[in-house]
Amino acid sequence: MPTLIDRRGPSRRAVLAGLGAAGALMVSGAAVLNPREAWGLEVTALKPETMRTLIVMARDVYPHDRIPDRFYAIAMKPYEADAAKDPALKALVEDGVVTLDTLSKAKYGAAYADLGWEDQRVAVLREIEDSAFFQKVRGGLVVGLYNQEEVWPIFGYEGASADKGGYIDRGFNDIAWL
Amino acid sequence: MSAPFDLNDDSVVVIVGSGAGGGTLGTELALKGIKVVILEAGQRHNMEDFVNNEWESFSQLAWTDMRTTSGSWRVHKNFPNLPAWIVKAVGGSSVHWAGASLRFQEHEFKTRTTYGDIDGANLLDWPITLAELEPWYAKAEDRMGVTRTNGIPGLPGNNNFKVFEAGAKKIGYQEVSTGRMAINSEPRADRGSCQQIGFCFQGCKSGAKWSTLIAEIPRGEATGNLEVRPQSMVQKIEHDASGKVTGVVYVDKDGKTQRQKARIVAVAGNSIESPRLLLNSASNMFPDGLANSSGQVGRNYMRHMTGSVYGIFEKPVHMYRGTTMAGIVRDEARNDTKRGFAGGYEMETLSLGVPFMAAFLDPGGWGRSFTSAMDGYVNMAGLWIVGEDMPQETNRVTLNTDVKDQYGLPVANVHFDDHPNDVAMRNHAYSRGAAIYDSVGAVRTFPTPPYPSTHNLGTNRMSEKARDGVVNKHGQTHDIPNLFISDGSQFTTGGAENPTLTIVALALRQADFIAGEMSRKTI
Repeated sequence: MPTLIDRRGPSRRAVLAGLGAAGALMVSGAAVLNPREAWGLEVTALKPETMRTLIVMARDVYPHDRIPDRFYAIAMKPYEADAAKDPALKALVEDGVVTLDTLSKAKYGAAYADLGWEDQRVAVLREIEDSAFFQKVRGGLVVGLYNQEEVWPIFGYEGASADKGGYIDRGFNDIAWL
Repeated sequence: MSAPFDLNDDSVVVIVGSGAGGGTLGTELALKGIKVVILEAGQRHNMEDFVNNEWESFSQLAWTDMRTTSGSWRVHKNFPNLPAWIVKAVGGSSVHWAGASLRFQEHEFKTRTTYGDIDGANLLDWPITLAELEPWYAKAEDRMGVTRTNGIPGLPGNNNFKVFEAGAKKIGYQEVSTGRMAINSEPRADRGSCQQIGFCFQGCKSGAKWSTLIAEIPRGEATGNLEVRPQSMVQKIEHDASGKVTGVVYVDKDGKTQRQKARIVAVAGNSIESPRLLLNSASNMFPDGLANSSGQVGRNYMRHMTGSVYGIFEKPVHMYRGTTMAGIVRDEARNDTKRGFAGGYEMETLSLGVPFMAAFLDPGGWGRSFTSAMDGYVNMAGLWIVGEDMPQETNRVTLNTDVKDQYGLPVANVHFDDHPNDVAMRNHAYSRGAAIYDSVGAVRTFPTPPYPSTHNLGTNRMSEKARDGVVNKHGQTHDIPNLFISDGSQFTTGGAENPTLTIVALALRQADFIAGEMSRKTI
C-alpha cells in the first residue's frame, strides 16, 4: 500500500488558491494536498503540478463519485517512483501533461486540471486517447485503482472468501427479489 | 511416493505438460504399471497456496512467458502478448478451469458431413465417433466425479444462477440446470464438497474441484511409477536416424540443460505450446518440424466462439458468491442452421471480481459509460457464451523468429480472425443472453468481447488420413509412431462444449492404446 502523508491541513491561502476546477486538490511546495480528505503526497521526480494533473486525469478516466481522491492518488503514486528510475517514463508523463494543458488552453482557455467541467476535460482527453501517454496512464490505472482492496466495498465486492469458509453459509443463494 | 527415474532410462514414457491431458495420461499409465516422467514448465503449488485475489493469483498461476499475436481479433489489440489465459503450473489449466464437464454431441464428431462445405472453414470429420468415445466419457465422468452422472447430485444454484435460471425459463428455455460439473456436490474420492467459495479460476482451495494436481497426479505418484519434474521447460524433442523420437532436451529448475531419454514422448502443453514445441524441434530429417508432413501443425487454431453478457438489475445479485460457473442453458447447443449459422453454443453463468471485471468488461474502455457499469457491480449477473468456432487454416500458431523467450527460442505467434459463422453465432448469443436478463428486469446489459482464450484447440488435429492432420484416432502422430499428442490440440473440431471432459476421455483412451502397443512391442 503506497503511503500518503497525513498533514495538518494547508494554510487558508492555499485553500483559497485551491478552489479551482481540480476540486480539493492543490499544490503546496513539493506536494499535492487534499485538505478535505486530510492527505498530502510529496513528489520529487515529477512536478507537483504534474501529479495533481495525473490525479485529476485518473478520476476523469474512471469517474466514480463515491471513490475519494486518495484512491486515485494511490493509483497514480507509482509514477513518481517509476519516473525517478526511468527518465523515458518521466519524459512521457511530463510531456504528456504539457500536451494536455496545451490542448486544453487552446480549446477552453485554461489548463486541463483547472477546467471546471468534466465534459470539457473529457473532450480534451478524447483528443489524446490513442497516445502512449494516455494508454500508459489508463492501463496502469485499470489495475492500480480497481485492485485496491479498500475500494472493493464501495462496489459491494467482498474479496477473499476461503478464509471465511466460503459462502456456503454466508448468502451464496440469498437472493430474495426475483 | 514418487519415483526418480534416470535421465538415461530410455524405457520411460516422457509426457510434456501435466494438465488435463498430460496429468491424466501420466497417472493412468502409472496405474497400469508403466514408468512415466512428466516434465512440467511451471511450479508445483499446494491447494492451500492458492490465492483468493485475481491479480495475485494471475501472477502465481498464469502462463505469462512471451507470446505475440496478430489478426483481427480484439485480443490482439487489447492483450497483444496474452493470447491465452492458461496456467503454467503442475496441474496445468485443470487448476483454473471452471469444471463444466459436457460430452460432445454426435454431429460434432462429423462436422464436415453435417455442416457441408462452408467457405473458408477447414472442416473435417473426426476419425472417431461419439459411440466410440462414450465408454471413455463414462470412465472420465466417474473419475472426475461429474455431477448429474453416476448418481451424483447437481450443485446448488447460487444467486448468479438463480437470476440466469429465472430469465432463461421465462423466455422458454428448457434445458436449464446447475450443469454437469467436476466439482463435488458431496464428499467423494477423498475430497470434500463445494464450499461456494467462488474463485474457481484461481485454484480451488477446498479441493472440491477436480484437477490433475490434486486428483490424479498424487494417485500416479503413489504407484512409484510416476515422477513429475516441475520447472522443467522442454525445448526440443530429439529423434534418431530411423525417425523415431528418442527423448527430450529441457531446462531444469536450476537453469541447467538436461536430456531425458524416452521410449515414447507425449506432448500435452496446450494448443499453443504443443505445436510450438514440434516446430522448434525441426531437424534435417524433419525441416518443417516434427510430425508436420501434412503442414497442419499449428493450423486450425480454435478458441471457441466466446463472449459474455452481463446484466445490471435494480437490486443486489452478488454474482461472485459461490461457484463461478454455476449453471447452464443447453437449448442453443444444437445444430439448427435456421438461426443463420452452423453449430451451436452453450450459455453458462460466469462472474468476475471487481479487478478482472474492470480489465475485461470493455478492454480499453473508459469514461462514465464504463464506470457507471462498474458502479452497478453488486447488482450484476453474468453469463459466458461458448460455441463451436470454424477451424481455419490461416488461424495459426507459428514461430515468431523475431522474438525470443528466456531460453532464446522463438516464441509462438497466435494469429486469429473470426469466421463469418463465428460472428453470426456470437451476435445471436449476445441477443439471447441479453433476452435472458431483460426478461427478469435488467436495467442494462453489456455484450462483452471475448477474453484471452481459455479453450485453445486444434493445432495438431486428429485425422483419418495423414495428409489432413497431425495425429490418428489415438493421438499418435501420423509420421512418428512413438510420438503422441495428448491435449486439446488433437481436436479435429471444437464442438460447443467446454473441452476438458473430452481431453480427459481421450487421454484415458490413449493410455489404453499406448499400454497395448507397448505390451505388443509395436512401439
